[in-house]
Amino acid sequence: MAQWRIGKTRRAKHTETLEQLLDSTLDSVDSAEALVRQTAAEVGFNEDDLHDLGMAVREAMVNAVVHGNRYSLKKKVHLNVQHSVDSISVVITDEGEGFERTTLPDPLAEENLLRQSGRGLLLMEAFVDEFQMKRVPPLGTQVKMVKYLKK
Amino acid sequence: MSVNLTSRQVGDVTVVDAVGRITLGEGSSMLREDLRQMIVKGQKKILLNLANVSYIDSSGIGELVSGFTTVTNQGGELKLLNLTKRVHDLLQITKLYTVFEVFDDEAAAVRSFQ
Repeated sequence: MAQWRIGKTRRAKHTETLEQLLDSTLDSVDSAEALVRQTAAEVGFNEDDLHDLGMAVREAMVNAVVHGNRYSLKKKVHLNVQHSVDSISVVITDEGEGFERTTLPDPLAEENLLRQSGRGLLLMEAFVDEFQMKRVPPLGTQVKMVKYLKK
Repeated sequence: MSVNLTSRQVGDVTVVDAVGRITLGEGSSMLREDLRQMIVKGQKKILLNLANVSYIDSSGIGELVSGFTTVTNQGGELKLLNLTKRVHDLLQITKLYTVFEVFDDEAAAVRSFQ
């Protein structure tokens, strides 16, 4: 069972932030996806956008739980969801050792098309409007994803 | 929800009807296991019907690729049938549309196997 620490604060007009500290389990992947989808639905995103956002969050959470924290019970995944009237921002931070993206094989290169893994970052970037990834010393990788409501 | 797989024979082609989500965990490992069992049984013409698969993540894509490689290496063929728009988009984003043979018509897909 995941341990939850839920904070809910209003930082500015029309902006609300949710923070959760999640265990490094696949249940956390499901719950983070559900939380972001629910929040985005309240903002007014349509079903296609909810699917895309849910998928990007899922990929980021899987990376954090599986590759970052390696399912360690001692390590947590930090989830921060902020939304305004027309956007949602999701920040997912793990406590893993981090990595350099340049060391990863290009999943779209001809010779890599049949590799079993390595497509997560590609999908995250494809499904949100803004994507940033950085190492957060001393440990961990942080992914920030933003999606805007289409007018 | 994970994926539910049922298979049926159409001539010498094994059609696998998948329903649900193919994601990290049970969904993707079930697909892997089913495909491996078919290969063991000598079923080498496999048509995977994805009409009722609403969601595939990168792990699920990995399993599709792994299944394709396994079947191909055994001298068989794995083809895809009835992609939803979302799965179709995924294959385009990942360039796997250039790898898989994809059909919208089951009879035509069955005929395409040699």
